[in-house]
Amino acid sequence: MSKYLLIMRGTDESNAALMADIEELMARTHRFIEETVKAGVLLAAEGLDDPAQGVVVDFSGETPVVTDGPYGETKELFGGFFLLDVASKEEAVEWAKRVPAAPGSKIEIRRVPGSDEVPQVGE
Amino acid sequence: MGTADVEAVWRIESARIVAALTRFTGDFGLAEDAAQEAVAEALVSWPLAAPANPAGWLMATARRRAIDAIRRRTALQDRYALLAADSTADSAVDEEIDPDRIDDDVLALMFVSCHPVLSPEARVALTLRVVGGLSSEEIARAFLVPVPTVQARITRGKKTIAAAGVPFELPPAAERRERLGGVLSVLYVIFTEGSTATSGDRLLRPDVAYEAIRLARTLAALQPDEPEVHGLLALCELTAARFPARTGPDGSPVLLDEQDRRRWDFSAIRRGLAALARASARGLGPYGLQAAIAAVHASAPSVEATDWDRIVVLYEALGRVAPSPVVELNRAVAVAMASGPEQALAIVDELIAADRLPGSHLVPTVRGELLARLGRRPEARAELELAARLCANQRERSVLLRKAAALS
Repeated sequence: MSKYLLIMRGTDESNAALMADIEELMARTHRFIEETVKAGVLLAAEGLDDPAQGVVVDFSGETPVVTDGPYGETKELFGGFFLLDVASKEEAVEWAKRVPAAPGSKIEIRRVPGSDEVPQVGE
Repeated sequence: MGTADVEAVWRIESARIVAALTRFTGDFGLAEDAAQEAVAEALVSWPLAAPANPAGWLMATARRRAIDAIRRRTALQDRYALLAADSTADSAVDEEIDPDRIDDDVLALMFVSCHPVLSPEARVALTLRVVGGLSSEEIARAFLVPVPTVQARITRGKKTIAAAGVPFELPPAAERRERLGGVLSVLYVIFTEGSTATSGDRLLRPDVAYEAIRLARTLAALQPDEPEVHGLLALCELTAARFPARTGPDGSPVLLDEQDRRRWDFSAIRRGLAALARASARGLGPYGLQAAIAAVHASAPSVEATDWDRIVVLYEALGRVAPSPVVELNRAVAVAMASGPEQALAIVDELIAADRLPGSHLVPTVRGELLARLGRRPEARAELELAARLCANQRERSVLLRKAAALS
């Protein structure tokens, strides 16, 4: 048993495809959330605003530098997440396959280590 | 697809498949057998060719196995019944699960798995198997019993359900509250097995506790208006939040006053407090009160800065709604913290005089601690040694012996 973060990565095209039918997207997302709640696995879920509206705080220099706009040059931008508490990585993958998504988008799955995995003094 | 992938789909789908098949066949045992046959087939065929829709494949295969079983059975009984069962079974069992009905069916499945006609062991095994989607091997590992024992409990359980003619439906309103209490106590037994392992060499088995939390979340989603469901969920979340701090690097127990509270799982505490708020809607029941006690600990920066007066009050309330010697003993511990060991010792001695917890290592454990605080060292040592002899968990026993030795 472990927590996994399902990180939604969309391109401009895939985001546009999803937003083209917002009713359909909302209905499918609602169904997915309901299913994960009833399965006892959903801990948190959020969708993010347009990356162009984002701000980046860059710590490369001596003092943090703030720039407007999306993060870096990557084509696939972080658009939202689901945090699941599941029995295995395979189960996280199976749920990820059921997330409402559009062609061109990707879901990155990352395990969230528990605080019991932080090394203790004496280890 | 590998075994772990098949198991993952099964984990997600099993309760709904067994519930839907039980609804259509009216036979819980048959539905469970058919679902198990389907997953066994999946374990063989999916690694060779993965289906496009794994969930639909499982449902369709389980349905076919159920129909096969009905045909075999009715062929033995009555030719006319065969025809009747054949036509209803084929038309009634759809490929897709009816979303409007399935929640009630999964809930009914929980009530059947925790039915009072079953032995407590069978309730636990059936709940983990049919609602949780665990294999017999996983259940055996969780409860430290041999696999054939688990299989026998499940087989016997299914026969008991059939023999008693338990209907597949939600309990009638008059029995609902009591039956729900039965379901909650099964989930609590599973959680407790993970949070204070009754035997074996490990203090905690978080995987077992996780199964209970997952099932409690499902129940809370299906019965959102039942405060005690949220109370149990809150209790589990708040207790599990302390797991990361409860064992040291070598697996030995770390008691509350020595725990590094920075290691507590703060998102679990937040979930627990949210569930407790929902449990408080109409006054707290026994699980809600225990959760409220856990919440006081979870919100305290240290043992010294804990609101022990509030914990005493909560234990008094718990003693009124669910009187038990264990609650009395815990109240004694809280009283010791709030008002000193003298008053607490009086409560413990009353328990001993009434012989209300015979053979438990907890009474001499607490009595020994109180005597030690009162400076009565030889008596304290004798009590802790007695506690160690009575304790079945090896990890706890070694802590007791260490404390006793420190008093000599």
